[in-house]
Amino acid sequence: MHAAFTDVTRVVAKALPHDSAAKHVAGTAVYVDDIPEPAGLLHVQLGGSAEAHARVVKLDLEPVRAMPGVVAVLTAADIPGRNDVSPVAGDDPLFADGLVEHVGQPLFAVVARSYREARMAVRQARVEYEPLPALLDIDAAMREKLFISEPYEMKRGDAERALGRARNRLKGRVVVGGQEHFYLEGQVAMAIPGEDGEMTVHSSTQHPSEIQHVVARVLGLPHARVVVETRRMGGGFGGKESQASFVAAAAALAARVTGHPAKLRLDRDDDMTMTGKRHDFVMDYDVGFDDDGRITGIDFAFASRCGRSADLSDAINDRAMFHADNAYYLENARIRSYRCKTHTVSNTAFRGFGGPQGMCAIERVIEEIALHLGKDPLDVRKLNLYGTTDRNVTPYYMTVEDNILPGLIEELERSAEYRRRREAVKAFNAASPVLKKGLALTPVKFGISFTTTHLNQAGALVHVYQDGSVHLNHGGTEMGQGLNIKVAQVVAETFAIDIGQVRITATSTDKVPNTSATAASSGSDMNGMAAQAAATAIKQRLRDFAAVTAGVPPDHVSWTAEGITAGDRHWTFAELAKEAYLARISLSSTGYYRTPKIHWNRKAARGRPFYYFAYGAAVSEAVIDTLTGENRILRVDILHDVGRSLNPAIDLGQVEGGFIQGMGWLTTEELWFDSSGRLRTHAPSTYKIPACSDRPPVFNIRLIEGQPNREETIYRSKAVGEPPLMLAISAWLALADAVAAVGDHKVAPRLDAPATPERILAAVCDVRRRAAAPAEAAVPERPAAE
Amino acid sequence: MPESPVPAPAPVRFLLGSAPVALADADPTLTLLEYLRETAGRKGTKEGCAEGDCGACTVAVGEPDGDRMRWRAMNACILFVGALHGRQVLTVEDLPAPDGSLHPVQQAMVENHASQCGFCTPGFVMSLFALYRQGRRVGRRGIGDALAGNLCRCTGYGPILAAAEAMWETPGRDDHIARQAEAARTALEEMAAEPLVGLARDGRRFLAPRTADQLAALLLEHPDAVVLSGGTDVGLWVTKQLRQLPTIVHTGRVAELARIEDGPDALIIGAAVRLSEAATAIGALYPDFGEVFRRYGSAQVRNAGTLCGNVANGSPIGDSPPGLIALGAEMTLRRGDTRRRIPVEAFFIDYGKQDRQPSEFVESITVPKPRPGWLFRMFKLSKRFDQDISAVCGAFHLEVADGTVRSARVAYGGMAATPRRALRAEAALVGRPWSEPTVRAAMAAMAEDFAPITDMRASAWYRQEAAANLLLKVYLDSRDGGAPSSVLDCEAA
Repeated sequence: MHAAFTDVTRVVAKALPHDSAAKHVAGTAVYVDDIPEPAGLLHVQLGGSAEAHARVVKLDLEPVRAMPGVVAVLTAADIPGRNDVSPVAGDDPLFADGLVEHVGQPLFAVVARSYREARMAVRQARVEYEPLPALLDIDAAMREKLFISEPYEMKRGDAERALGRARNRLKGRVVVGGQEHFYLEGQVAMAIPGEDGEMTVHSSTQHPSEIQHVVARVLGLPHARVVVETRRMGGGFGGKESQASFVAAAAALAARVTGHPAKLRLDRDDDMTMTGKRHDFVMDYDVGFDDDGRITGIDFAFASRCGRSADLSDAINDRAMFHADNAYYLENARIRSYRCKTHTVSNTAFRGFGGPQGMCAIERVIEEIALHLGKDPLDVRKLNLYGTTDRNVTPYYMTVEDNILPGLIEELERSAEYRRRREAVKAFNAASPVLKKGLALTPVKFGISFTTTHLNQAGALVHVYQDGSVHLNHGGTEMGQGLNIKVAQVVAETFAIDIGQVRITATSTDKVPNTSATAASSGSDMNGMAAQAAATAIKQRLRDFAAVTAGVPPDHVSWTAEGITAGDRHWTFAELAKEAYLARISLSSTGYYRTPKIHWNRKAARGRPFYYFAYGAAVSEAVIDTLTGENRILRVDILHDVGRSLNPAIDLGQVEGGFIQGMGWLTTEELWFDSSGRLRTHAPSTYKIPACSDRPPVFNIRLIEGQPNREETIYRSKAVGEPPLMLAISAWLALADAVAAVGDHKVAPRLDAPATPERILAAVCDVRRRAAAPAEAAVPERPAAE
Repeated sequence: MPESPVPAPAPVRFLLGSAPVALADADPTLTLLEYLRETAGRKGTKEGCAEGDCGACTVAVGEPDGDRMRWRAMNACILFVGALHGRQVLTVEDLPAPDGSLHPVQQAMVENHASQCGFCTPGFVMSLFALYRQGRRVGRRGIGDALAGNLCRCTGYGPILAAAEAMWETPGRDDHIARQAEAARTALEEMAAEPLVGLARDGRRFLAPRTADQLAALLLEHPDAVVLSGGTDVGLWVTKQLRQLPTIVHTGRVAELARIEDGPDALIIGAAVRLSEAATAIGALYPDFGEVFRRYGSAQVRNAGTLCGNVANGSPIGDSPPGLIALGAEMTLRRGDTRRRIPVEAFFIDYGKQDRQPSEFVESITVPKPRPGWLFRMFKLSKRFDQDISAVCGAFHLEVADGTVRSARVAYGGMAATPRRALRAEAALVGRPWSEPTVRAAMAAMAEDFAPITDMRASAWYRQEAAANLLLKVYLDSRDGGAPSSVLDCEAA
């Protein structure tokens, strides 16, 4: 059996601390803005559009040039290569040239001697606009049929026929808001010019290879003349996947034009105004079900706000569709998707990548079915879960082969005392006129792999030195998720050495080329495998060398933490490395991995886009104040699947952090644009991510045990970055359940997300009204988009 | 040219760790964060928002407190270096022992896996350090209050809370902090004697006098001066609006303004009294007011900001004015040697317009003590409980005798261009039985009191609806045997 799949490990599966933990707490971990500044460093700031949609009639930058400390002012005309920083579609200019399509869209850059001088100068531009009609939200874009790409459809069975024959049928709409990443470290890059046009860029990015390509494109250079390095990010969450590019490109352009090193760090308000967010979605459903609550047919129409350009919106909207089933078998399903172009900032990747929005729709549908039938939503969920041997094909024709949810949910239902607490909540509500409680259990089934199949590849580079120390490099980036320690654990395990002997190094495009973004939760799956391949190649050479030296067959070499023994010879790892060097054995290797089994035919909307699924479930209990809409999440119980954990401490951190981030998205975090398209929640004073006290006071998190990944992933672990975020749907639905209590669970609450106190109070008033007049129609109309 | 009654300013001096720093020629709006990162090379302190809302830049600012040192967490991003005279700044770099071993706070953070991306971590470490050095252990709620001003986007906070609970038990000493404290105290006391300190560059000045008379004289001399107390708002004029402030006169060194006078009928709270201390004093008299203060800003903000500043700044959404107005608090304004006393309510004229003359400053606020029969309730409604600006803040001061409302003062923030009373609602209450029909009538009358705006914090509908509902809440809670009325008091089933 392959070494990776044996059960006993020394380093892997241990709860080691994050490799940078001691540096984090001492303030010695170096982020881009902390790198010692080279002499003559200049500071760049971006001037953005004041209009959402307008022709730029005049761009007078003389007042900017006249400000103290200003060295240069850059516009589209100064770009030697192509004015394009887009990830895919070629539709994101670095500097708008004549036409602006969102408030904050960069028009020019100022380069000055200090950060403050650059900030002062950039505000002095005199811009004249000829305003054009601006479409600011989904409804407006749907009315005008303005899309960033063609609508797309997935279909299995015959939804229309099933709906026509259904015993029960409900229609409705779910609206979920967007979300700002709010990485604590804002976007930042420092560019250092070299000889022959070479450019070295330190970038806070999840995707150094893309920064390399974009900088090369903007500067008109071959890729080989640009090196991008990323040691760590102060948070990414998807916000530094495609949208670190314009920051790096502007810094590199300034360095090219001035010949000096240049740094661009966005102030928080600029960052929030100029960078994209999670897509907000409007999702309509038409569902048919039998009297038990089993879904017999469903028709979904999803529309999302993509903003002014394509960015990654196609893949994001595809993933929303891939997760419109969440954990449920939809025998007759039609899922349509409309990707709206709006005159707002271009929305982008965010942990979950569209999946969370799709899941919100189906989970709301389940709640509505339960309310309609007077059943506990958990029973409706269980009834609709994918089967393990039948009822196990998704609307995109992938067979679910690894479903562990039935058992997982049973276990969580027991450990969280769901049934007892359901009764306790009922009793509380009966006695409490003002405060109402709610309870919800929701599952997660999240597909793992980039759905753009070619991205599922990774590389690594491992060197062993003569003292036995090991240099590890791979294509993934560290944004706090603990990727580096996990990959280092894999390498230490492979060589049977201590973790301290493995030196983790900055991600760099000149060490491992042509990498994919660290995204889609794939970091440790892919880079762990690539690093293992590299280490195994070196180990193989060392084993062969030991065998030859001792005159025994290679399979007679014993390799343990105590050292390497062959025949009568014994070496420590360092001794063997040194001796192998003297015998002219190469101690360096690359490693490479591509995810097997996956394929996807987008045109036919059929295939196996995912290598496997990660599962989990959560129970949340909430309380609301029906006079003010104030609310608390009182208790959360989570049971989550990470296969066989590479590092339980890191994985628990991902589960807890992901849940709270998801809870913020669905509760307090509200993106509020005014009628002229300006984002007015552009700083932490107005945009409220969860604070310390928002953590539920009772929060039980467990990783499910004894369920290794059924696919041959690295040590049978599973990806963990994104899936836990969606466990927070339980918090949103617990709040909705509390609202439903106001109407004695007779009418379904229309509690959209984020469930701010205002939305909760509005939903309470709405439920009261409808409970008093039950005949009122419950189906909102939406503009037809066909 | 008349002779100035105040001497020429001496340099601003403070301790950075144990090293003395003296600054005279510096931008008067230079922030501590800029100084730390750009001049002192201390890159451990991070900028997350530059508006005092994320806590990534948290440092500990120390002052002599009797015979010991007391360190308080503050946001370096909106703290001007001029305000540091006579204080000690400790940053994350000061915490490890001389042999490099981690401070117990830092060690507890590592052992509990309390950092992920690590960018917010130094700020959390410094907030926890201030709590640790306070010497008094606190429970989960106290830890939550100490950390409300530190945002983390990665961990979900659980491991940080675990570290906070474990830090007092974590091995490792912080003797080195205690060892340097005595020398620091001596050095700071010597600095404190300096009569006037300041910074100047390009004709713009920062002036920090030591006496109230000097302060009054400087303001007469510089009628265009900005009066700076904690700077938790003025700091943003610089970091966000990039305003060039001509002259800044700082109240923070004036010891006689930093006192709370505990009179028989009232508390008199001086201009330089920190919000954290005003909150304790007022909260002891009015628990609901204390609860609003607990959620006001964050520990960092309350350690810098002042009660008088919160009023003087004139914001329609400051949280103390509704409470002060409902209580009938008064304020004393001083210009030169002239003082006048007005109701806090009268100070607010219109949006951005207050009853304050050039050269005048708020010297103190007088808060009446509760009398028998007073009912005082106060509520703060915001999207997030901690460290959020109110959508609506309501304060209710009623006298009910024999089932009848004898007097009512109901004041709100967030409902108009200034904090204001709901006079029609009050009229609907007074003289009527304290009953639900009366309250419902007052709620209906309130619709005529206000025409609130819709903005990013809440819609006009929510403000109107919730403001009225708060009065109902006051009524429902006042009846015997009610269930807990705050979601904050609820526990899971």
